[in-house]
Amino acid sequence: MSNEELVNLEKGIGELFVEPDADGAREYFKKKPRKKVPKVTTVKKAVEEFIEDGTYLGVGGFGTNRIPTAVYHEIVRQKKKNIGLSGHTATHDGQILMAGKVVDRCDAAYVVGLEARGLSKSARDAFEKYGIKVTEWSNAALAWRYKAAAMGLPFLPTRVLLGTDTFKYSGAKVMNCPFTGQKLAALPALNVDVAVIHVHKADIYGNCQIEGIEVSDTDLVKCAKRVIVTTEELVPHSQMRNETDKVKIPYFLVDAVAEVPFGCYPGNMAYRYFSDEEHLKLWLEKESKGEIESFIEEYIHNTKDFEEYLELCGGIKRIKELRRQENLIEDLEELEGLDQ
Amino acid sequence: MSGNEYNKMELMITLASRNLEDNSTVVVGTGAPCAAAMLSQKTVAPNLVIMFEAGGMGPQLPTMPISVGDSRTFYKGIQATSMAEIMEYCQMGMVDYTFLGGAQIDKHGNLNSTIIGDNYEKPKVRLPGSGGANDLASLAWNTMVMTPHDSKRFVEKVDFLTTPGYLSGKGKREEAGLPPGSGPYKVITDLCVMGYDEDEKRMQVESIHPGIDRKQIEENTGFELLWSDDLVDSKPPTKEELELLRNKVDPYGYIIGRA
Repeated sequence: MSNEELVNLEKGIGELFVEPDADGAREYFKKKPRKKVPKVTTVKKAVEEFIEDGTYLGVGGFGTNRIPTAVYHEIVRQKKKNIGLSGHTATHDGQILMAGKVVDRCDAAYVVGLEARGLSKSARDAFEKYGIKVTEWSNAALAWRYKAAAMGLPFLPTRVLLGTDTFKYSGAKVMNCPFTGQKLAALPALNVDVAVIHVHKADIYGNCQIEGIEVSDTDLVKCAKRVIVTTEELVPHSQMRNETDKVKIPYFLVDAVAEVPFGCYPGNMAYRYFSDEEHLKLWLEKESKGEIESFIEEYIHNTKDFEEYLELCGGIKRIKELRRQENLIEDLEELEGLDQ
Repeated sequence: MSGNEYNKMELMITLASRNLEDNSTVVVGTGAPCAAAMLSQKTVAPNLVIMFEAGGMGPQLPTMPISVGDSRTFYKGIQATSMAEIMEYCQMGMVDYTFLGGAQIDKHGNLNSTIIGDNYEKPKVRLPGSGGANDLASLAWNTMVMTPHDSKRFVEKVDFLTTPGYLSGKGKREEAGLPPGSGPYKVITDLCVMGYDEDEKRMQVESIHPGIDRKQIEENTGFELLWSDDLVDSKPPTKEELELLRNKVDPYGYIIGRA
């Protein structure tokens, strides 16, 4: 086959919720302020200011790991509508947003399930009953869609999705390599309206350090018009300057920084605290019993912020247990003795 | 349980573990595949590099991870990196094996983990979707599946082709653009171990587990199976393998306790 024959092959029928537009993104970033100013705010204000009805959201971390739970609660608390969700392994994060009935469209790689823990009824209902709009992808496909946008390109050629129904219901296209003629899946860049991520350390300007795996966060923040960061702790700017090799995200990408200790709870924050499996189980139980609305009422709408939610879930005592689990301290009884 | 008795899950994990070679690379999820990789490290493949799609690489797994992205997946590991990077290792050809599962599998090893029902717009059941499965099965050299064996799962046609096996037969992966030489390798169930024949890339029984007969396998498979000319009995777990599995890999019985 000559290269000339190799154009306009198959294409997926899935809706593109965001059209790739590298030049449009460049125009946006041309105007994005670079000024190093303090960006510290509260989760409440950040959600009020940056997340509107209809916003397309890119979510950081991996399902129950290093997720900005406080921001998702606040989106539900403020009853945002018609939120678009980029769901590459969106497990508890997707569950909160779907139980809170704020999502109306979803780029799905892995949603509905919580990995080994089981399936979320709220998320299933969103797909089976409430007719949320969905386009299929895979985890690599969404990671590479972020990467394309992060590189300032309209697409990336890859070798996934090919030959499957996942491709058919995606928004990808088959293309041919201009050099070798081989078939490739062209994945459209995904520029999101707002990226929300949770990190270990940030300074007041938005420089961020992430410990452990990045998942896709460093690419994700480059494809977002606005970036909201929650951080376990605010640290002095001078510390970032002394540890430049640990800085994963530079301040000029970031629009808002909120200090939220234990902000990933009930998820797992590497080196800090393990996931609260009991509480995640409670979510799944409430969903399967049809009691999720009153649960959301009690735990989200009736709490004024994430600190109150943490208190309801056992507060600092529970966090200390999860910290021991994370650090593989086995003799819990002995340590509990020390608490008295 | 005493002596060399074992349950179905222990048998499947042990058989899977023996398929991994020393000094090779594998991407696994949580659950039984992870247990198989951990057992393999303690037996046939001490230098196996275990990777997780969220970015964890080469951990000295202290306990079974509960998420593919939790902090156990890079505990005392080689590197804590990104999802794109792990997938790029797969795409560049550095990943030898992967383990997958699914709600349905057909005779060419295609998997469904997206919907049950024939109407995509109105699914009877919505499942999680591909996650990394499509990627790993597209890009790793050898894909293995570990799954219970029943006719609801082993179907003539999957309701939704989430993850590529050999698609509609020999040569179809390459025609679609998938990397040459990659594809399904083994299917390990609670009844038998299957591979794929050379002519049509159809599932073919290679070994039958103790106490199981051909009829049972046929009755639990929704398509016509091929049978290897060199059909053998599956070799049950050794005492040493069982001890390692129960005491070192899964001491709390998270996975092996489910059988």
